[in-house]
Amino acid sequence: MSTETLEAPVKEKEGLLSKRRKKFVTDPLNDDNPITIQVLGICSALAVTTQMKPTLVMALSVIFVMIFSNLAISLLRNAIPTRVRIIVQLAIVATLVTLVNEVLKAYAFDMYKELSVFIGLIITNCIVMGRLEAFALGNKPYDSVLDGLGSGLGYSWIILLVAFFREIWGSGKVFGYPVFEAIGIENFATNGLMVSPVGAFIVLGFIIWIQRSKTGYVEH
Amino acid sequence: MQQSNTYIIVFSLILTVILGGLLSGVSQVLGPTQRKAVELDTKKQILGAIPAEKEMLAEMTAEEVTARYEQVISSSVTNIKGEVITTDAEGKQLIAEDVNIEKNYKLPADERLFPVFKYSVDGNDAFILPTFGAGLWDAIWGYVAISADFNTIQGISMAHRGETPGLGARITENEIQSRYIGKEILGDNGELVSITMIKGEKNPESKLGPHKVDGMAGATITAVGVNNMLAAYLDYYKNYFDNNVKAADALSMNQ
Repeated sequence: MSTETLEAPVKEKEGLLSKRRKKFVTDPLNDDNPITIQVLGICSALAVTTQMKPTLVMALSVIFVMIFSNLAISLLRNAIPTRVRIIVQLAIVATLVTLVNEVLKAYAFDMYKELSVFIGLIITNCIVMGRLEAFALGNKPYDSVLDGLGSGLGYSWIILLVAFFREIWGSGKVFGYPVFEAIGIENFATNGLMVSPVGAFIVLGFIIWIQRSKTGYVEH
Repeated sequence: MQQSNTYIIVFSLILTVILGGLLSGVSQVLGPTQRKAVELDTKKQILGAIPAEKEMLAEMTAEEVTARYEQVISSSVTNIKGEVITTDAEGKQLIAEDVNIEKNYKLPADERLFPVFKYSVDGNDAFILPTFGAGLWDAIWGYVAISADFNTIQGISMAHRGETPGLGARITENEIQSRYIGKEILGDNGELVSITMIKGEKNPESKLGPHKVDGMAGATITAVGVNNMLAAYLDYYKNYFDNNVKAADALSMNQ
């Protein structure tokens, strides 16, 4: 993972969405995608993507945790003792994850039952800690928020895409809506492989293949 | 930058207090809403044991579920001897919906509480019984709806904590649960034989009969868990049926 040090000469007044800042959000979407390029956060990409609805909730949770942990760490970056910084990051991420879990339990109990374990595992999602270490510790709060948003979105659109293919092939539905029955195909043969984690590996493999053949990215 | 040990300790303490305070605050604020959500979920699982109700549940709001539940379910708590009890050992009022089946599962069987949820709509009486057991990875539980003759299964709803998705986790699916409908738990001589999910899937009808249901491919150990759970709990509730339901039936027939 590259360590970004963005101590470039900061101009007097930089637009809220200057070119440099836009790149924080757009880079992780494609060129520096956390899942397909950095290959982080794979475990949750495999585990939660059998259906689109829980995947969307998972994606929103990760975006929330990333933005606010980046913000908190960035605000504290000059106060955090270097020797215990990892445990401080962990404590903040764990707190945010617990918040998400509690809110889901109160207001979306069905989702909570389905996702509970995986929400808890956001703590171990390498994308979150990776961004804190590589970015938030050395950058200003607003930039860090944008970076968190970018990485969160980069993670989200990939898992949503994986979930789309897995749900439509595995159960013939999109967001729980039976699309094939709606267009008159009554006995669409679903593929059980897509429901199992192996299906996620295959779909993810194809996405990475297509993306890398377009961007020309090679592992060094 | 190298900070002193004192700084690190003070920093950690302050951080711990702030984060801890935040979390306990949130837990206090959300606690009542969460308890309501859990209660509603329990009611949905209980009603879900009746197939006709389960179909309706999908389109019902929280208020409608609660209203329907109060309309069709009357609950009581029993002990292993099948006696209806109203207060616990400390004299506190017992509410069937609040009995934690998992906590009771950890007690010896003769100390456990066994809630019974009686369902009655248009002359169809069923007794919905909570069950609890162990699957392959973690706990499994369910609600079995049995007709008043303590023989025919009207429906079952099952849930789990950690079974493998696509394999053991299929016990939550309608397709699996509907296999139990109409099966019988008593043998020819009135003895309890329970219902067994057999190994393998797509077994021919000739291998099934009234006491067996088709299995789940690749999830034999979960199926064994379900079998053990049903056998154990049907046995626990047998006394209740012998004492109350059949006695009441005999009484009404004599009149």
